[in-house]
Amino acid sequence: MGWYNKRLSKSIWVFHVSASPCNNCDIEILDLLTPRYDVERFGIKLVGSVRHADVLLVSGVANNKVAPKVKYLYEQAPKPCFVVGVGTCPASGCCFKKSYNVPGKVEETIPINLYIPGCPPKPEAMIEGVVKLVEVLNG
Amino acid sequence: MSKNIIPVGPFHPLLEEAEYFTLKVDGEKVIGIDLDIGWMHRGHEFISETKTFTQSIYLVERICGICSTSHPLACVHAIEDIDNIEIPIRARYIRTLIGELERIHSHLLWIGLAGHFIGYDTLWMWAWKYREPVLQMFEIISGNRNHYGMMRVGGVAKDVDPSSIPKLNNILDDIAIKMDMIAKAANDDPVLRSRLVGVGVLSHEDAVRFCAVGPTSRASGIPADVRKDDPGDAYDLVEFNTIVLKNGDVYDKLVVRVLETLESIKIVRQCLDKLKNINGPILNNVKEISPGEGIGRYEAPRGEVFHYIRSDGSNRPVRHKVRAPSYVNIPTFEASCIGIPIADALITLAAVDPCYCCTERSIKIVDSSRQPTRIDLLKISRDKTDYLRRQINGN
Repeated sequence: MGWYNKRLSKSIWVFHVSASPCNNCDIEILDLLTPRYDVERFGIKLVGSVRHADVLLVSGVANNKVAPKVKYLYEQAPKPCFVVGVGTCPASGCCFKKSYNVPGKVEETIPINLYIPGCPPKPEAMIEGVVKLVEVLNG
Repeated sequence: MSKNIIPVGPFHPLLEEAEYFTLKVDGEKVIGIDLDIGWMHRGHEFISETKTFTQSIYLVERICGICSTSHPLACVHAIEDIDNIEIPIRARYIRTLIGELERIHSHLLWIGLAGHFIGYDTLWMWAWKYREPVLQMFEIISGNRNHYGMMRVGGVAKDVDPSSIPKLNNILDDIAIKMDMIAKAANDDPVLRSRLVGVGVLSHEDAVRFCAVGPTSRASGIPADVRKDDPGDAYDLVEFNTIVLKNGDVYDKLVVRVLETLESIKIVRQCLDKLKNINGPILNNVKEISPGEGIGRYEAPRGEVFHYIRSDGSNRPVRHKVRAPSYVNIPTFEASCIGIPIADALITLAAVDPCYCCTERSIKIVDSSRQPTRIDLLKISRDKTDYLRRQINGN
């Protein structure tokens, strides 16, 4: 797997899973693609289908309705697939911890490899998180 | 001809949020549309009732990341309405400044996404590039790019540093030049004109029938604007125009948003000028909220946002109701989407700038695992007997 991971780190294709967020992490993820931050220069590309994805960017708390779909998406993704939790919501539940519609941590639905905390995290923080992931993949 | 159903969502490459459309098509033509929502419901109204008034403001900020000033502003208006709390004049100008900057960034965001939806990614990259200076202004004023945390009951949380105003003015001048350029580009760009003119028309009658609000209604010739109709904060002290266009197609919705951005820049400039001269407190200290109920309205970038708060004299709201603008704008799909080709359907769906995070304030619970118990069956049986007896007696 080490050999595969090293090849993977050259060009990471990410898929964005919005699991009931407040849209804020999502627009910051889109901000990464636009000229100010432009992560495509590092080979990071947002793809339309989960079957092309190496990394899933999960934002939000994953409520009762969306959690089974998120699990289904993770099962559809080709392995090895790494999951990055963007924002405070996947990390701790933010202020929605005690809601009746939130089944629990996102971690209980799908395994998460890396957290980027912040509400919302700055695009610089997201780039740093992905760089850390690349370092781990390179071994 | 055969009738087919095209599912769109919940995780579709074009949609940023999870939502599920069912488009019924006859050949290329859309003949029916159905929408399944609830993917974003987090139970804000319930959580708000377990938090104090000040915590509620930060909670409603997280209803939606794009309107993250409109919801807190409507919420503090509602709380201030209970006790008729006075707001210091400097705080009123700061509130207006933040609200209008948010309108600029939200409209630019929509213009970019509209370009993305019609496959015109150049416009997307342009609009989002020119949106960055607005976020920079937010960072100078409040310290955050999004989720500013500026609103408090009786004023604002942070003051605008007078030494930063020349820098803010410089950034604003840059934005104004770029916005003029985008306005001219929207006026004579052949791609935008051929894709958007006459597409997804929402007529004046339909806009009235569906009670559309915000830019959606103003593009159909309804001059509805809470900033003019019920001016709170400093909106009665600044000069601006309400942009109203007639045709109601997607192109007019684009033009309304571009022109509104120019008006917002005018308001921001007036606020910055006033903040140089007006000094004084920014927060009127409120000790407690008396029993009663209050409503708050504010013109969010998408339309009128409405908050209702009932207090029983304790430190937390007993009832907190939120009605977001997209709640009334989304049903207009039924008027604007039927009968158009499927290639134009997605841009029409996006044209009202729907925000599903704002809209989903309640959920229907269907418990399929629960079997009817003996008592339930008995009740159903007796109800039927009652119903039949009434019918027989009636006959």
